[in-house]
Amino acid sequence: MSLATISPTLPDTATKTDDAVLPATAPVLQLVGVRKIFGDFAAVDGINVDIKEGEFVTIVGPSGSGKTTLLRMLAGMESPSEGYITLRGELINDVPPDKRPTCLVFQSLALFPHKTVGENIEFPLKVRRMAAAERKARALELMRMVRLPEHYYAKNVMRCSGGEKQRVALARAFAYDPDVLFFDEPLSALDYKLKKVLEKELKDLHRESGKTFVYITHSLEEAMVMSDRVGVMSRGRLVQIGTPEEIYTKPATRFVAEFFGEVNSFEVRRDGQGGWILGDGQSITVAPTDEVIGDTATVIVRPETMRFVTGPSTAGNLITGRIYNEYSLGSRMQYQVHSGDRIYLVEAARAAVPGLSSGDSVTIGWDARDAIVVGG
Amino acid sequence: MAAVTYTATAGERSLLPAIPAGLRAAAPVTLLLVLGFLAPLLTVAAYAFATPKSFDVFRSFTLANFSAVFDPSNTVWMSFAWSLAYAAATVALLAVIAYPIAYGLNRMFGKWSGLVGVLFVFPLFVSENVRLYGWVLFFIKNGVLDGGLKWLGFSGGPEVLYTPGAILFGMLYVYLPFMLFPMSLGIAMIPRDLVDAARDLGASRLMIWREIELPLAMPGILIGMLLTFVLGAGAIAESKILGGQSVITIAQDIEVAFTYAQNWPLGSALALLLVAIVSGLALYVLSKLDLDRILGKR
Repeated sequence: MSLATISPTLPDTATKTDDAVLPATAPVLQLVGVRKIFGDFAAVDGINVDIKEGEFVTIVGPSGSGKTTLLRMLAGMESPSEGYITLRGELINDVPPDKRPTCLVFQSLALFPHKTVGENIEFPLKVRRMAAAERKARALELMRMVRLPEHYYAKNVMRCSGGEKQRVALARAFAYDPDVLFFDEPLSALDYKLKKVLEKELKDLHRESGKTFVYITHSLEEAMVMSDRVGVMSRGRLVQIGTPEEIYTKPATRFVAEFFGEVNSFEVRRDGQGGWILGDGQSITVAPTDEVIGDTATVIVRPETMRFVTGPSTAGNLITGRIYNEYSLGSRMQYQVHSGDRIYLVEAARAAVPGLSSGDSVTIGWDARDAIVVGG
Repeated sequence: MAAVTYTATAGERSLLPAIPAGLRAAAPVTLLLVLGFLAPLLTVAAYAFATPKSFDVFRSFTLANFSAVFDPSNTVWMSFAWSLAYAAATVALLAVIAYPIAYGLNRMFGKWSGLVGVLFVFPLFVSENVRLYGWVLFFIKNGVLDGGLKWLGFSGGPEVLYTPGAILFGMLYVYLPFMLFPMSLGIAMIPRDLVDAARDLGASRLMIWREIELPLAMPGILIGMLLTFVLGAGAIAESKILGGQSVITIAQDIEVAFTYAQNWPLGSALALLLVAIVSGLALYVLSKLDLDRILGKR
């Protein structure tokens, strides 16, 4: 047969059709009423969530919120006391970790200290009895993927830096070729700058690999940067789950709003005419909400949506006060403004507020749409 | 210029700056080691080169003691062989016996592990000889085992006392704690995360043991083996009490040379050879054992 008969310009259409992709709606991981009870304490208290194929979901919560227990159940190191966990429709409640196609990147990274970088990465391949040469080729390929130089192959893993260890752990997890990767805040021990770099690399890696990632952290900032969806956990429950945008703009509770960082929160009550008033009777205009809320609520205003007002303003809410203190946040400035017995935090770009300093009288304002009413 | 200059007095300048502070601080320990460890060893070494059957230490020099030991007609090499063989067998068997116990102490006994540990330490509070005589009473004809079986209507226990097997039994019994505790410590040093991670990556129990647990516990295991071997090579009570002198160990030969034979130079030569053989083996093992690499520490 002659190669000349094949037209070099003919596009190979066969490879363009994706044959292995499941319908986008099918959840790869499904949790139904999952609870974990230790003694008389429910560490995880009824979690329902569907995680889609290829999604990057981060579960965030303070320590003791049950997020690590949840992850251990997903990875198979604990089994749920109640409820169901299914992976591609198959019940995996009691499937041990070595029998489920998932892999956990530990907080401690759990690298094998007596093995080299290469041996660490090859471990899951050795388990599968892959031939040595093939193993090495795959390990080098994975090292390229996580941006580890090739000569690290024979390096003692304990002589690697924090960021390099991170990459080794990641490559080892990928070597297992799991359906879902779990992360137990592996970046928590790193310094801020390196963390920022690795967060982005992890997101890139997620995109390139198309794997499903489930990430646990106590840092909402980390969650926001990387995730498709963020779930906020508190006391064993999932308080809210949504896109970073949703969590930021429509926090479901005061807990979620305050977990984000510093916010202005006011306790308000209904004025009887459809509006809200503060404790001292001053009325406050808020964003319309379709949530059913009782007679008292909390209004959340983020410092960055507050602004200083000079002259006429369209802001729905205006307050006069005095600057008590100012804090530099780098490119932005934050001001503490006292008005009566209330304290407001106002954040503004450095250039936007020339010459303001402590003791100055100011008027601050914010739009109704930036005042979010939440229950509790 | 009216600067005030400080001049050290003669007393301050002498002696003190000559010896660094670290050396001065180490002086008491150095003195203790020199007097308590180095001096006796040197005396033994000196005796080994003294005229046979004399006390002419430091006044004579001869290799006669060594040529006596290496004389083909002398069967003292048998004692060396017995001692080293018993030590090796003790190490090998104890490694197999102690590992499951050490593993259990760390991973399985839970709240009972403290009690089990104490039970293994407890016999150490009683003199080795007393414990071995206890075993004699157990194994002796019409003793605990034999008499008990006869009382129950059996034909009696096996005649194991004063056999080479009884010596091995005694050594296993006496040296078990010395293998068990370093080994237990070694197993305790395996981080749980590593075992969990290996399992998560699909490894079977056997694979985890071979690839993760055993290599990481190896420092403890090797230290236990070394300790047991050194103690076993110098064992004497087991062969004398449980073995009824059916086997002569090298330690017994040395004891005889120093006591009945009153041949201190020969005893010293034998002791020096034993030290050389055991420390040679120990140093060889230690040189193969890079703790830092195994532990992956800094």
